Amino acid sequence: MIQTRGLTKHFKDVRAVDGIDLTVAPGELVALLGPNGAGKSTTLRMLTTLIPPTSGTAEVAGYDVVRHQREVRLRIGYIGQGNGAGHSQRGRDELISQGRAYGLSVRDARTRAGSLIDSLGLAEVADRRVSTLSGGQRRRLDIAMGLIHAPELLFLDEPSTGLDPQNRANLQEHILSLRAEHDTTIVLTTHYLDEADSMAERVIVIDHGRIIADDSPARLKAEHVGDRITLGFDAELDAAGAAATLAPLAPQRRGNRLVVTTQDAPRRVPGILDDLRAAGHPAAEVEVTRPTLDDVFLVLTGRSLREGGAAETRELVEV
Amino acid sequence: MTTLISDTGTVFSRELRPVLRDPFTIIFSMVQPLVFLALFTPLLPGRDALQWFVPGIIVMSCLFASSMTGSNLLFEIQTGSHERMLVTPLRRPALLIGRALKEIVPMVAQAALIVAVCVPFGFRFDVLGALAGLLILATFCVGLGAFSYTLALAAKNQEWVFWTVQQTLLFPLLLLAGVLLPIDDGPGWLRALARGNPLSYVVDAERSLFNGEIWTTATLGGLIAAVAVAALGVWAGVRAMRRSD
Ligand SMILES: Nc1ncnc2c1ncn2[C@@H]1O[C@H](COP(=O)(O)OP(=O)(O)O)[C@@H](O)[C@H]1O
Ligand SMILES: [Mg+2]
Repeated sequence: MIQTRGLTKHFKDVRAVDGIDLTVAPGELVALLGPNGAGKSTTLRMLTTLIPPTSGTAEVAGYDVVRHQREVRLRIGYIGQGNGAGHSQRGRDELISQGRAYGLSVRDARTRAGSLIDSLGLAEVADRRVSTLSGGQRRRLDIAMGLIHAPELLFLDEPSTGLDPQNRANLQEHILSLRAEHDTTIVLTTHYLDEADSMAERVIVIDHGRIIADDSPARLKAEHVGDRITLGFDAELDAAGAAATLAPLAPQRRGNRLVVTTQDAPRRVPGILDDLRAAGHPAAEVEVTRPTLDDVFLVLTGRSLREGGAAETRELVEV
Repeated sequence: MTTLISDTGTVFSRELRPVLRDPFTIIFSMVQPLVFLALFTPLLPGRDALQWFVPGIIVMSCLFASSMTGSNLLFEIQTGSHERMLVTPLRRPALLIGRALKEIVPMVAQAALIVAVCVPFGFRFDVLGALAGLLILATFCVGLGAFSYTLALAAKNQEWVFWTVQQTLLFPLLLLAGVLLPIDDGPGWLRALARGNPLSYVVDAERSLFNGEIWTTATLGGLIAAVAVAALGVWAGVRAMRRSD
């Protein structure tokens, strides 16, 4: 569905996108995850024919994004970072003219607009001026606009930014149901870790215009970070003894605590506890921490993805 | 399937819809040139003042309107709806022409109003000639609208640039075409500049067409100037859309 080779975009001396090789198969749901300025939007804008690449190639829905722009445009839907619906327009009018732009007849466009308005819960506001809608309503209207022609491939740029948690959950549900019901291939960008984590089977981590990791959230975490088992002991002496017992797991000791980094921690904990008891250094408490995608990002870049993540960075690095 | 014409219709009707839903602003702007006409015409010498002035006023209001094409666009560039439209398969020239027509079509209605108001005061015109004149004018204004669109794309991050350039170019263009005052008695350099102004040919054509002189070199000159400006404007606009980031 998407295939890029060395896709690159420079704005003057900014390397916004720096040689991206990306393949997305039909039916995949892929999240591009990265901090602000990583090059996510620029990548999407090249894939949707909005801007020409500085170098490299991209084929989208079977067509080259530079040479066959029209063919690409006919097959994709795009929900950008801004508001697709004009503020002086009414939602239903915008949906109908969007349908007309994709070649639907007036009647089909009207029917389709009506059913999208219903399914996205916009019935009460569809005939009001867009400027009077709330952020969440506007975002849903944008989604409806992107879906008017039932595209086989849908791009969403930060679809849930600026929404409250309730609206964000609704939106995610909609996106997932699109996928389930119509087999739409979906590429979305986000800087929300939980969103990438819970929605996508495939997360592509982007930093400074490059892909630095590309896998399922579970495998990214297992491969780059692993689970953390923190064992607490009543005395430092026990902790030291336990460290010797668990030497093959390379534990790190701090006072009367041991930290073991491993995969599949919940399954290993019982065995570890048994070994420790048998060796005469029973653990007094145990905690299993599973990594987040932020931990993955941190390991890969030394920076945290969270807003104001500097303090957190230091703390995590120490462990 | 869509065509350039149906695409243009899609863009045009999208643009016009908010105006039709809230027609007061447009009604107000239609009355403006009548006020202008009422205050200006008595100052002009000779009994044929209306004959000379009415076509000029029609050109002027069309020009003002179509040069505003880019100003609505500026807002839509900021909010994101322009980007959304660029991703649709709408043909690029349709985006330009549809938007320009939205400014022009109400002005054609306004021209009819101006003419209707002036007839009781002795304005005489030829129906066929006037229709041909409006068609030429509309063509010219599509080009001007496309340039305005191009300007908006170029100035998208600094709105004041759009307004400065628009204002700076529009008035010399009008004055050098002899819309408000005759050029013929001006100094040589002024007349030379006027000859280089495509709008001069359009204005001359309008005056002779409204008078019923249809098959003249003035008509031909106006037509060529209008088509050339339209073609150049659309070309520049499409190019700007492709290059804009
Ligand atoms: N039109 C543009 N002109 C100049 N620089 C740009 C433009 N668009 C993006 N950039 C720069 O390119 C980099 C990547 O931006 P972007 O793709 O928007 O990142 P993201 O969407 O991941 O936040 C940033 O440094 C940004 O400032
Ligand atoms: Mg972005």
